[in-house]
Amino acid sequence: MSMKEIASWALNTAEQRSASYCDVRIVDERSRALMTKNGKVAHASDSETLGIGIRVIANGAWGFDSTDNLSRESVDAAAARAVEIAKASATVKNQVLVLAPEKAAVADWTTPHQIDPFTTSLAENLDLLARVDEQLRKVEGITLAEVNMNFRKYEQWFYSSEGSDIHQTRFVTGAGFDVYSFAGTEIQKRSYPNSFGGQYQNKGYELVAELDLLGNARRVAEQAVALHKADQCPQRNFNLILDSSQLGLQIHESIGHPIELDRVLGYEANFAGMSFLTTEKLRKLKYGSDIVNVVADATQQHGPGLGTFAYDDEGVPAQSTPIITNGQFTGYLTSRETAHAIGENRSNGTMRAESWNRIPIIRMTNISILPGEKPLTFDQLVAGTDDGIFMQTNRSWSIDDKRYNFQFGCEIAWEIKGGKLGRMLKNPSYSGITTEFWNSMDAICSRDQWTLWGTPNCGKAQPMQTMGTGHGASPARFRNIKVGSAFKS
Amino acid sequence: MLTPDQTQSIFDRLKKFSSAGEVELIITGGRFALTRFANNTIHQNVAEETAVVSVRTQIDGKTARATTNKTDDDSLRRAIQSAEQLTQVQEPDPDLLPMAKPSELPARQTNAPSRHFDSTARITPQERAAGVGKIVDIAKKNNIVTAGIFSTSESFEAIVNSKGVNAFHKQTLAEISITMLADDSSGWQKFNSPDVANLRPELLADIAARKTRESTKPPQELAPGKYTVILEPSAALDLVGFMFYDFGAQAMLDERSFLNKRMQTQLFGSNITIHEDAYHPLQSGAQFDGEGIPRQRVALVEGGVPKNLVYSRGNATRMKSSELATGVGNIAPTGHGFPLPNEMGDAPMNIVFSAPANSTKTLDEMISSTERGVLVTRCWYIREVEPYDKILTGMTRDGTFLVENGKVKAGIRNFRFNQSLVEMLRNVEFMGTPVRASGEEAFDMVVPAMKVRDFNFTEVTKF
Repeated sequence: MSMKEIASWALNTAEQRSASYCDVRIVDERSRALMTKNGKVAHASDSETLGIGIRVIANGAWGFDSTDNLSRESVDAAAARAVEIAKASATVKNQVLVLAPEKAAVADWTTPHQIDPFTTSLAENLDLLARVDEQLRKVEGITLAEVNMNFRKYEQWFYSSEGSDIHQTRFVTGAGFDVYSFAGTEIQKRSYPNSFGGQYQNKGYELVAELDLLGNARRVAEQAVALHKADQCPQRNFNLILDSSQLGLQIHESIGHPIELDRVLGYEANFAGMSFLTTEKLRKLKYGSDIVNVVADATQQHGPGLGTFAYDDEGVPAQSTPIITNGQFTGYLTSRETAHAIGENRSNGTMRAESWNRIPIIRMTNISILPGEKPLTFDQLVAGTDDGIFMQTNRSWSIDDKRYNFQFGCEIAWEIKGGKLGRMLKNPSYSGITTEFWNSMDAICSRDQWTLWGTPNCGKAQPMQTMGTGHGASPARFRNIKVGSAFKS
Repeated sequence: MLTPDQTQSIFDRLKKFSSAGEVELIITGGRFALTRFANNTIHQNVAEETAVVSVRTQIDGKTARATTNKTDDDSLRRAIQSAEQLTQVQEPDPDLLPMAKPSELPARQTNAPSRHFDSTARITPQERAAGVGKIVDIAKKNNIVTAGIFSTSESFEAIVNSKGVNAFHKQTLAEISITMLADDSSGWQKFNSPDVANLRPELLADIAARKTRESTKPPQELAPGKYTVILEPSAALDLVGFMFYDFGAQAMLDERSFLNKRMQTQLFGSNITIHEDAYHPLQSGAQFDGEGIPRQRVALVEGGVPKNLVYSRGNATRMKSSELATGVGNIAPTGHGFPLPNEMGDAPMNIVFSAPANSTKTLDEMISSTERGVLVTRCWYIREVEPYDKILTGMTRDGTFLVENGKVKAGIRNFRFNQSLVEMLRNVEFMGTPVRASGEEAFDMVVPAMKVRDFNFTEVTKF
């Protein structure tokens, strides 16, 4: 039985039951998680899931039902339930649901990749994790080492009552390590290449080799131990340089989420929150300094980010949208339902669902800050900083439910004096107000320092959906930032 | 919904495909539906039906897991083959125990009340919409808008292994969460129960609307600093929830627990007593763990002293031979392990706070006894800044009020806090009667409202 035929059962049932619109996503997903912990295999699992999600509009309202049973009887029943649910939705509505027009698309797309990670040797993968683990624990003072590797293949067939027929296959690879040192009354931690699981991209196994986990193990483990002897990060205002991974998370929290138009319109008011970026601010708000340029770019040209695809989950082609242009706020993330709220007649293609059993919602794609146009290395950025702090690798993150006030903690920092990195500092943190922070940015490194980071675990919606997002960034400098209030007592 | 007989039948088929010495099957699934509303409109309305089959094989001190959501023979065979392949390439782990046998399981301490209600299982989309309609009507009467959810589910969880362990649990759950929004203020309420009859949408909506109304003028900005706070149960829950993973034996063995070197010491105030109790009438969930071990009632904290941890089977054995064994209380499998293999080990998931006898205060009494303080409805985006003192940062949200001279005076702008949880639980002046509470950062618990002195607010936001 072809996926197209299975989908046709749902499309026909929805139409027969008077749905005015229907789209169907069939998802076949496979994943693998490997992890070592202090010399042993802590986690080794494979997972597969296959199912169908049916989204309809009936009586001018949404309904959605999903099932993992792809028999005709089950799919027909799910489609009928989706229409029934939509009709129930229609009993409590005070606004007309109108979708922005979109041409039907027929397409087939796969993540560019060199090595399908599921074809690689399990034994070799576990051996690599074990060798990294061994290197980490050779450093005296290390009390816990965790090394992980994750693969995912996500294959989706999308069909709509408007005639779309889109097949996409995405590969995701991720790897990294965390290392802990407990001494006295303090637990210090370092991660590589990023915290919370490492680096994730839409790539094949080739990413693992690029990360050079083994070559970085000893250096990073030594830093974790050295943090115990480092001075506490001072509490006062500093010129702050962020590494590109921390800047990526800063973008995620204080630009990526506020520009989600569903959030702006109140759809997430009960859970994920709203946004300070009310619609009258579009093209009027000075979001950042003149050198802040941010895009939402899902196209393949942007790179192998977790937000890269050919079509979103409403069948809208991937696009690049200017979000902040020379500091000016210029765009939201939109959907076919919400585009009209800002006077647009087309979605910019950001609707994504976690899997077959979830509806698509507005999601970050790759929300990236563009690198500086003039050549500027990290060393040159530091050399141009007389008095400041350089912070690296996120440790904690928090922002209010309208995305004004944020506080981030990092794993490690170094003092900058007279254009040079000086003493190591532990427990660094900084805080601020979103627009004040971005308006204080006065330098950003160039393209050769730019990395497209993956955030694999962004949570949103009810029921909760987890999604991967991409964030390209170079190290950047921010003037006069409040540092250290997390530890103020 | 699968029955115990059906899960046994799947296991019998599965076992035929396996060459592994030991096989374990966990099946979870059911039907879940959620009606979501915003701007006084139902804008999302979803349902899901699924069963997830998860297979663990164990061969010569090695183990791995494979999962599928299909139960046909080909899918089961593929899952077994994946698990065996993942198992065979590993090095043996001398600490890995054989799968549990029924004869070694501790007895269930008591029978919990039924957590399955047909009335909840039978709820229709129309009935959920009608419940939402009542909430929207209250919003409209107050000239405000509302957003939230009304969800229902019927779920099951089964574990069967080749040594004869066989456990099954089914339950229902109904939940309502409501936010009311005015131009410059908001209010929130949330409640869940296995029995939909216990949900009172109008009452919850009225409270959320009142909170919105009472702070509807532009909120005042109060300077950051240390304040007496009155934490409603959901706010207390989301804060204290950050410490319970540290009560798992694995966290202690990993030396990443704030309890390392602190067990059997007066860590919290003497009024803090906490049990892990899956059998409590206000609790929810299965009474067995990821290996099918019956959950035991465990005294975690008594009179402010951390007394005991919770254990998976393997970690009980590891702890007994560890240099940490002295002083960590009773060491035995307590039925709190996660499905193997995993890196987390074990954790208590059915937390019940006790309030000191004859000294509980109502929320109104806490307010009336407060000269100057802050009433917090809900917390948001809490994260751990420092793991050993358990410094948490986060925001207040959806109803933050100044209390002066024993009365709620006005709404105030939301605060950011950076507060040590250890210190907070030393500073609890009063507690309310523990209730089943639900937040967004921690799992549901039976927890009281708390009045806490010297709570550390470090910044204020713009609303």
